[in-house]
Amino acid sequence: MKRIALIGMPNAGKSTLFNRMSGASAKVANWPGVTVDLLSSKLLLAGEMVELVDLPGIYDLHGFSDDEQVVRHFLANNTVDLILIVANASQVDRQLSLTLQLKSLDMPAVLLLNMADEAKKMGITIDADKLSEKLGYPTLLLSAKYGQGYAEAYKTIEAALQHSEVKAAQSLEQDFAVDQAMEAELEAIVKDSVDFPVQAGNSITTKIDRIALHPLLGLPIFFGFMFLMFQAVYTIGGPLQEATAWIFSTFRDLALVPLLSSLPPLLNGFLIGGVFDGIATVASFVPIIIVFFLFMAIVEDSGYLSRAAFLMDALMSRMGLDGRSFVMILMGFGCNVPALMGTRTMRSRGLRLLTMLVIPFSLCSARLQVFVFMTTALFSPQHAPLVLFSLYLMTFVIVILTALLFKGRFNSQEPFALELPPYRLPTTRQMILRGWHEIAHFLKRATKFITIGVVMVWILTNMPFGVDPASTASWSGMIGEFMSPILSPAGINPELTVALIFGFVAKEIVIGALAVIYGMEGTALMTGIAEQIDWVQAYSFMLFTLIYTPCLSTIATLRAEAKSGWFTTLAVVWPLTLAWLVSAGFYQAARFLGY
Amino acid sequence: MKTLQRLSDMKAGQTATIQAIHVDTGFQYRLNGLGLRIGKTFEVVRHAPFNGPFQLRVGSTELMLRKQDAHMIEVLM
Repeated sequence: MKRIALIGMPNAGKSTLFNRMSGASAKVANWPGVTVDLLSSKLLLAGEMVELVDLPGIYDLHGFSDDEQVVRHFLANNTVDLILIVANASQVDRQLSLTLQLKSLDMPAVLLLNMADEAKKMGITIDADKLSEKLGYPTLLLSAKYGQGYAEAYKTIEAALQHSEVKAAQSLEQDFAVDQAMEAELEAIVKDSVDFPVQAGNSITTKIDRIALHPLLGLPIFFGFMFLMFQAVYTIGGPLQEATAWIFSTFRDLALVPLLSSLPPLLNGFLIGGVFDGIATVASFVPIIIVFFLFMAIVEDSGYLSRAAFLMDALMSRMGLDGRSFVMILMGFGCNVPALMGTRTMRSRGLRLLTMLVIPFSLCSARLQVFVFMTTALFSPQHAPLVLFSLYLMTFVIVILTALLFKGRFNSQEPFALELPPYRLPTTRQMILRGWHEIAHFLKRATKFITIGVVMVWILTNMPFGVDPASTASWSGMIGEFMSPILSPAGINPELTVALIFGFVAKEIVIGALAVIYGMEGTALMTGIAEQIDWVQAYSFMLFTLIYTPCLSTIATLRAEAKSGWFTTLAVVWPLTLAWLVSAGFYQAARFLGY
Repeated sequence: MKTLQRLSDMKAGQTATIQAIHVDTGFQYRLNGLGLRIGKTFEVVRHAPFNGPFQLRVGSTELMLRKQDAHMIEVLM
């Protein structure tokens, strides 16, 4: 099978193009010589199946970051039939350096100048034919986001593929001096074929930045914006969650219960009180998660995150971190796993490990489900969003505390420069794709962890045979009682303890486990829990859930990325210890104050 | 009269041309990738609060650079 590799600088829209070309069929795969997983997809080009591989975004083929090494190792150890170079059309003056480097290696390639619409708006005129002639590569203007120029690009790629020979890159090591000389060539080519206006800038972006990056107002605006976003997620997602829960309850009472009534009680209880209640309770939170990710998609694509890095870098540097660390913590609000992988752009090991140590404190969407559940159950509709926001702020408090404590051990002097891309809005298509992606992600986790988790919780609460479910005589009761001396100082009761133990695997299981342990689902479950614990216990439980080990996937990623046993151990033991200290401290203090 | 000075001493709104970059090769690759090269002209757009990074504009690219790293770049303005 022929193989095409996508190469481009960060922020060139490479992933958007990859998504458009591959549809939703991308898979992660291992590659010879490459230690990390790369996305790849098979697609039909000119009547034959072709493999498309998405390589990490890089600035320079000879650079020293992990991502740049990945690309080098990939090109040295795997043959390719064609390289698609993706460059931002409005930044050809600097982004063509990658093209020239590939040309010096004599690699077969097609140059795609992406975001042509943006370049046009900025008044930049590009003579693609002239560029093509100078570079010796077919060159096309297109917009991966809006789909313009796409059909023609396909034709060119197909034609180029017909004539290309399989190549593996030779001599990827190069002298820095040679690279510098290449620069003169690049300047001459650009001067000849691209017309830049005198003031090449994005006027809207400049205007927004005047407010968003204001020396005094910038940070308050950022936190105010975050608060509004979480408030909106809660306001829009809350009713959706209730509606979904109602649909599941109705289905259970009208269809499932009558249908399964002839089964023996134990099996009936297992199917309804175990599997269905557990999964349905977790699934009812999927709408909130989708709403949350739609907002995240807008923020991530908007370019605002790198502004947050700009505003926060000074503070982060005092904690031994930098602006990128802050962005990764924000990315972690979605899911900690990709945020951990995002640290690959950091070259200093100390900085990278310290960032990876704090990312798991980021309140991810799985923990959000637990907190939405708990806050709705125990706080008034007016207070619930504020309580939720306080937990997001808690993420930062824990991050600061941890970073200050450990920065001495993870020293770094890494210089730091980051692009501030123009502000952009995602298209409806991108939003729908994102929503779909989250549903798919949930279904995958549901089949893997959540089902097994709730089944195990059911077994623990209903065994040995004949006990009252979740009573002190049941296995879960015994575990809860056994752990009680440790967790009762934090106000966490035996039922919540069992849920926390399973939450170690994945946080989604926590509410599924509570549904099974309490033998209730939906609104009834919320009422049931509210009758048993008060807000102080609930908040202590949420603090523990926020701080302790996020999930098995996160630990596996930490281990794979850090390649260090002791670091992985630290990243498990420290959060557990801290979770207990903070929860117990909060609980005892609140009780002492008479709450 | 044009004078040679450090990028870190520049004020918002000022324009200069890069004369020399004294950083390790790895970081030099990154700076070049972002468009900061010897001979290029750029503008300081603003500074971040609390002695934070500089916002620069080179051609159509905007980027941020820490003050201590900006100190390693000699400019003519």
